[in-house]
Amino acid sequence: MGKKINIQPLSRIEGHASIEINLDDSGNVKEAITHFSSIRGFEKYVEGKPAEEVTRIVTRICGICPWHHHLASVKAVDGCFGATVAPAGHILRECMQNMAHINDKILHFYFLAAPDFVMGPDADYSVRNIIGIVGAAPDLAKRVVKMRQLGQMMMEKFAGKVIHPIAGVPGGFSKPMSETQRKELVENTKELLEFAKFSMKYAKEEIFPKYLDIVTTLGTIITGFIGTVDNNGSLNFYDGNLRLMKPDGSYNDFEDSDYLDYISEHPVDVSYGKYPYAKSWNEGFSMDLNAPKGIYRSNCLARINVCDQISTPLAQTELEEFRKSFGRPAQQTLLYHWARLIELVYACEKTLELLNHGSITDKKTRNDVTPAAGRGVGHVEAPRGTLIHDYTTDENGCIKSANMIVGTTHNLAPISMSVEQSARMLIKDGNVDETILNKIEMSVRAYDP
Amino acid sequence: MPVNVASEWLNSCSGCEIAILNLGETLIDLLPQLNFVHIPVLMDHKHLGQLGDKEHIELPKAAVGLLSGGIRNEEHLEVALEMRKKCDVLIALGTCATHGGIPAMLNSYTNDELFDRYYSTQSTDPDGKPPTQGVPFLLDRCYALDEKIDVDIYLPGCPPHPDHIKGTILALLKGEDIKLPFKSVCDTCSARREGKGDIKEIKRFVTTPEFDPDKPIDQMRCLLEQGYLCMGPVTRAGCAGINGDAPKCISARVPCRGCYGPVQQNGNQLLDMLNALVSNGIDIKSIPDRDNLLRFSGAHNRLVSRKKSKRKN
Repeated sequence: MGKKINIQPLSRIEGHASIEINLDDSGNVKEAITHFSSIRGFEKYVEGKPAEEVTRIVTRICGICPWHHHLASVKAVDGCFGATVAPAGHILRECMQNMAHINDKILHFYFLAAPDFVMGPDADYSVRNIIGIVGAAPDLAKRVVKMRQLGQMMMEKFAGKVIHPIAGVPGGFSKPMSETQRKELVENTKELLEFAKFSMKYAKEEIFPKYLDIVTTLGTIITGFIGTVDNNGSLNFYDGNLRLMKPDGSYNDFEDSDYLDYISEHPVDVSYGKYPYAKSWNEGFSMDLNAPKGIYRSNCLARINVCDQISTPLAQTELEEFRKSFGRPAQQTLLYHWARLIELVYACEKTLELLNHGSITDKKTRNDVTPAAGRGVGHVEAPRGTLIHDYTTDENGCIKSANMIVGTTHNLAPISMSVEQSARMLIKDGNVDETILNKIEMSVRAYDP
Repeated sequence: MPVNVASEWLNSCSGCEIAILNLGETLIDLLPQLNFVHIPVLMDHKHLGQLGDKEHIELPKAAVGLLSGGIRNEEHLEVALEMRKKCDVLIALGTCATHGGIPAMLNSYTNDELFDRYYSTQSTDPDGKPPTQGVPFLLDRCYALDEKIDVDIYLPGCPPHPDHIKGTILALLKGEDIKLPFKSVCDTCSARREGKGDIKEIKRFVTTPEFDPDKPIDQMRCLLEQGYLCMGPVTRAGCAGINGDAPKCISARVPCRGCYGPVQQNGNQLLDMLNALVSNGIDIKSIPDRDNLLRFSGAHNRLVSRKKSKRKN
């Protein structure tokens, strides 16, 4: 019998997963299976809870992107209660949502992914991490830590809680922003934008050229993509239509409340996670590398692929350069890192735009709402992809049923396929070492699951 | 000599680990004293050997272990037992570890009820069943760490404030007493209390409380006295950190929901809160879902399912 390899746990990702690789007698890959081993049951235990309370329960789905769950949930409850959201409430929510994207991208690129590139995929595991970077490139590491901290503390200072937020409320936002706070946030965001520009330049000069062979081959699969665009087809993180693109670049736009017509979740025997696929393509579900069916991806590369343009100038320039090099849609999995940095620039520019919106300091940030029966679908673009919360409430405004499709779950099938692709490409005739196993994990890390 | 530190996460969300990172530059300053030997969120040390060829989970020895999350499946249990075996001092990090946290809300239901719902949502293809290959089986419910292993230090919070994570680690390094808050959130809240007034019912947080945003928290009347449910009286303090700031939710003009768990480690947030309300003449029937008051502390058999699980899973 052939050898069995268990990469457990996958590391420098958020959450619990492992990879099982079975080799045949000649030491080549017979199968490579990714197992997603978490189930926590949010859809069950929010039942019966007052809907406005659920907005501060579902944050615990993810401690890295709690703002996005919070806001998708708040939008869903707005829908259930038929709430009219105070205009400043929307602006504050969107502003916080973009700020949270900034911190998330700094965290992923530098803390989780960069060790593979700065220290090298073949560096010993004991230094192939952010602590290793502190030793090898202390000035860079200090700046990274300082910028991430700045981003986190800006949000905490204004909105009370940055991890597991509470300031979004049905009908708006819990408190207004003062002019003093606004000015301080503008100055801080300008600093973050400079850092975003530096990061883009640093990656394009020091990282991507050096690893171009890995970037263009590792984990590459052919799929469709999903993301959110505004009325002009521009990238938007907070609101807009969903766009589901086929591998050939053709697409459908639809409202979030119609998601059930387009997406389905496929239960599997190797994971607690269910694997979403494009039901509307009418081709079923298959993870066959040579003939995938219904497979699409989410997260930054998907958003960069589906949008027609980006509404902020620096990010738009980056998008044009990216498209010139890699086309639309770009399929190479490690380009997620590149797309993530374009979005970092966008998130900073967009935050500044929102902070300069004339109404952001309005005193009225919240309308009172009345608990009622209804259905609400709330969606935002979480860093890891399109995040959908769909609630139905009873006459007391308590949850009757809840369905959630979380950003990363869209990528469960694609991640499994990228793992299989990279394992088959790298493991030959029984030759396996730590570097090869880490490279297989790099194809997962690109997705930032 | 730096001390070895190991960190693991179980039935959790990674918020506790982000709280560690939120130490920011302080963490960089601490690094010469700490030698991380295992921390999956940041480092690639593996359970089953670096080549994935071992049978059982093996972790390195460490002076200090940080363990977040409750215990919900067989793998969590195996990791928790191994952490206990290898760490001299084990810290239960965060409310999931100390009291089950939000995921222990599922203790009101059986695994059958969980799976029945999970595989029947509107977007799920029919005939889905729980996986049988390569994933850990669920235990019957979510356990706080001390229901399965000995815990040396309880550091609750959802997430714990970075000040207290740092304080605890520094005290351990210096061999000093660990100072953690033991009061209630109310004891650290500066909102103005005027006496109960004529509140008879609890209001849901669907309206805006009275406050002047240009004035500090001590100029706002206590949210409980304004008639909103606020768990401050029955919740352990700590979210405000050590600089005398307002409790975090209150600073956003939002009432507390109890994320640090009960004031005493073995307290009961539901009973304590209902007692407090009843003794003030407030009708507790005005609270739509009372189990919700145990949303952070449902382990230790506080929340239990009304049905018995049939499926052995």
